[in-house]
Amino acid sequence: MADFGGSDLDAFRTEARDWIEANFPKSLKGKGSMMMREERTEPTPDMESWRKAMGEKGWGVPTWPAQYGGGGLTPAHGRIIQQELGRVGAYNPIAGMGVMMFGPTLLEYGTEAQKQQHIPPIVKGELQWCQGFSEPGAGSDLASLQTRAEDKGDHYIVNGQKVWTSGAQWAQWCFCLVRTDTTKKHEGISFVLFSMDTPGVEVRPIPLIAGNSPFCETFLTDVRVEKDQVVGPVNGGWTVAKRLLQHERSGLSGAGGGAGLGGRSLVKLAKDYVGTDEAGRLSDTDLRTRVIMNEIDGRAFQLTAMRAMVESKANSGPSAATSIMKNAGTRWMQDRAELTIELMGHQGLGWEGDDFTAEELGAVRSWLGGKATTIYGGSQEVQNNIISKRILGLPDPK
Amino acid sequence: MAVLNEEQSMLRDAAKSWVQEKSPVTAFRKMRDSGVELGYDADAWNEMAEMGWAGVIIPEEYGGSDFGYLSMGLILEETGRTLTASPLLASALASASALVLGGSDAQKSEWLPKIAAGEVVGALAVDEGAHHAPEKVALKAEKSGSGYKLTGAKSFVLEGLAANLLVVSARTSGKPGDTDGITLFLVAGDAKGVSRKRLHLADSRGAANITFDGVEVGADAVLGEVDKGYALLEKTLDRARAGLCAEMLGSAVQAFEVTLDYLKVRVQFGQVIGSFQALQHRAAKMFTDLELARSAVEAALQAIDSNTPDVPELVSLAKAKMGDVFHLVSNEMVQMHGGIGMTDAHDSGFYMKRARAAEAAFGNQGYHRDRYARLQGY
Repeated sequence: MADFGGSDLDAFRTEARDWIEANFPKSLKGKGSMMMREERTEPTPDMESWRKAMGEKGWGVPTWPAQYGGGGLTPAHGRIIQQELGRVGAYNPIAGMGVMMFGPTLLEYGTEAQKQQHIPPIVKGELQWCQGFSEPGAGSDLASLQTRAEDKGDHYIVNGQKVWTSGAQWAQWCFCLVRTDTTKKHEGISFVLFSMDTPGVEVRPIPLIAGNSPFCETFLTDVRVEKDQVVGPVNGGWTVAKRLLQHERSGLSGAGGGAGLGGRSLVKLAKDYVGTDEAGRLSDTDLRTRVIMNEIDGRAFQLTAMRAMVESKANSGPSAATSIMKNAGTRWMQDRAELTIELMGHQGLGWEGDDFTAEELGAVRSWLGGKATTIYGGSQEVQNNIISKRILGLPDPK
Repeated sequence: MAVLNEEQSMLRDAAKSWVQEKSPVTAFRKMRDSGVELGYDADAWNEMAEMGWAGVIIPEEYGGSDFGYLSMGLILEETGRTLTASPLLASALASASALVLGGSDAQKSEWLPKIAAGEVVGALAVDEGAHHAPEKVALKAEKSGSGYKLTGAKSFVLEGLAANLLVVSARTSGKPGDTDGITLFLVAGDAKGVSRKRLHLADSRGAANITFDGVEVGADAVLGEVDKGYALLEKTLDRARAGLCAEMLGSAVQAFEVTLDYLKVRVQFGQVIGSFQALQHRAAKMFTDLELARSAVEAALQAIDSNTPDVPELVSLAKAKMGDVFHLVSNEMVQMHGGIGMTDAHDSGFYMKRARAAEAAFGNQGYHRDRYARLQGY
C-alpha cells in the first residue's frame, strides 16, 4: 500500500477534486436531496452518466475492496471524497440497501462466489436490493418469523409472507430470512438471496398514512432458492441478520422526519409563522420554550454523535454513546416535525392543493412519515430493551 | 467521556481514588450532622489543595498547573459523585477565573498563588435576589477619596461564609438591569462593613447572605474596567457554570448508578425489580439523557479551553440540559428506591437536594434556555 501520510492525502484530495470536476454534471448540482426521496422518478441521462462514472470508479463505496470494484481506499480517503463531493454540491449516486447494509454484511459473511456475483452490481449502482425480514406476525420479535424454506436436495422451496419490504417494487434482488428448522427459534433461521423475478414472488405496495408507498407486502409462493445463495451457515442466519441490523441502525439514527423542510431551520420557520416581539424573541412564549428545548436536544445529539466518533476512533471500538443514538435522534426529529406543523397552524395541515406551499405540504408528509422512525430498524422499545439488558445489565423477568 | 491526555487521565484517576477513600458520601453526611459553620470539611479541603487541585486553571507563574477547564471538570465530576462539599468550584474555579481573565499583574500576584495553595478561599458575590440575574445589580459603589465605597447586599453567595476574598459586582453607573455601569471589585472577606449571615439551605452547603455597609476599598480593588465589568462577569460566570455542570454530571451519574444497583438487588413479587420493563425503560431513558448531557458538558469545557466564540451558548446548552437530567435522575432515585429513598438515613435525599441547589445556582434551566435562544437571535 502507498504511504498514507499527510502528503498522500493532500495529493489524493487534488486527484478527487479534479476527477469530480471532470465527471460531475453541473446540472445535478444541489440535487442530492432529491435522490433521498422515497418516491422514485425516472433518472435523467445526466443522472445515469454520473452513476456510471462513480460506479466505474468505485468511489460510491470507497472503502470496499478493489477486487469487487470498490475503491479499496482507507476511511480517511473516503472522507476526502465525501468532503470534495459536498464542496461542489455533488452527491453520491451509489445508494440504497445494498450499499448501506447488505453489501457490508456480505463482504463479511459471504462466500467468494457470492461476493463476486453480488458486490460488483451494488458498487456500480446497477441493481437495488430489498429486505425480506419482517412478517405480519414477526415485527419487533423478528426471530418468531414463519416463512418456511423446505430442503429439496439441490435447492430450497420457500413459502410465506413478508411485510414492510422497503422498495420491493423497485428492487431486483432480495435478502431474506427464512425458517429452515421449525424446532428451534433463533437457531432455525437462514439468510437467503433470490431474484425478485423468480416465479412465485408477488409484490403489493402498502399505502401509508403519509400518502406514499415506500414499503410492500411480499408474498412468496413456492419460490425456488438455490443452495449456493445461503449466506453464512444453514440455520446460522440470525447471526448474519444481527450484523446487518447493526449496519441498518447506524444508518438510521436521525434519519427521516426532517426531510421536506427545504433546509429552513425550525427557528427561521417559527419566526416567519408566529412572529417576534420588539426584542426579537418568538412572540409565542410557550412555543418558544418548546422550540428552544428541541434546539437544545438537537445540539446535544449532534455533540454526542461527534463524541461517539472521536471516542470510537481513540478506543478502536464502539463508544457506549452509540447505543443511545437511534432513540435520541428519532425522538428529536419527531418532536421537531410536530413543532413544525404546530407553528404553521392550519397551514401545517394541508394534504394537497395550491392553497399550501410545497414547504407546508412537505412538513405534513414528513411529520406523518417520520412516525415510522421509532418503529422500524428496532423500535424505540426494542432499543430501550437493548440498552437495559446489554449496557445496563438488567436481567430478564423470571 | 472525552478522550483524555495522559496528564488528564492521571488527574482523573487520582481524584477518583481520593474521593472513594477520603470523601465518600458518609463524609458529607458527617459534615452535615456536625453542623460545621463553613459547610465543608476544612481538613479535606487542605488535602485537595495539597494535591494541587486548587491550581488546575491557574497559570504556572502564579503557582498553578494550568491544566485547563476540562481537567478541572474531571476533578469536579469525581467530587460531585460523592457530593463532596468544598471551595473547589467557588474559589479555585470561579474566583480564580475572574482573576485570570481580568486581574492586573499586581492582583494576580497577590491572590492567585494563595488561591492555588488553598490558603485563600474566594467567592463570587453576584446575585441580589432569589433568582440568578447578573445584570440586576443595585449594590452601589460610589467614589470615595481615591477609592470606592460599597453599599448594598448580595444573596446566596456560595462559600460566602468561608471566603477571605469576595469578587463583588457593583453598580458604578446606570440602574439595576443595565449591563453597562457594572464594575467588579475585589473585597477582603474581613473588610470593615462586611457582615455575613449563614443560610441554612436544604443542600447543607456553605451559602451566605452578605451585606456591605459603606465598605471602603482602594482604586486598586477594581477588577478589570470601571463600568465595563459585565463582559468579564459573564465570562467568569460561564466558567463557573461549566464547572458546576461537571460536578452535576458526576452527581447525576452516581445517583443513576446507585439506583441501577438497587434495581438489581431489590426483590419484589419473587424477582428483582430491575427485571420489570417499566423500570428498565425508565433506566434506559436516564442513561440516554446522561449521555446527551455528558456531550454538552464536555463540549462546554473544551470550548473554554480552546477559547472558541461559542462558549456562552455551549455553556447555556450544558446548564439547561444537565439541569433537566440531574432533576430527572434525582427524582427517579427517590422513586425507584421506594420507602427507603424517603428516609434521611439513605443518600437519595442528598442527591435530590443537591440537584435543586445546583440547578438554581448561576441560572436554572429556564434562565439558560432563554439565554441560549437570545444568543442565537430568537
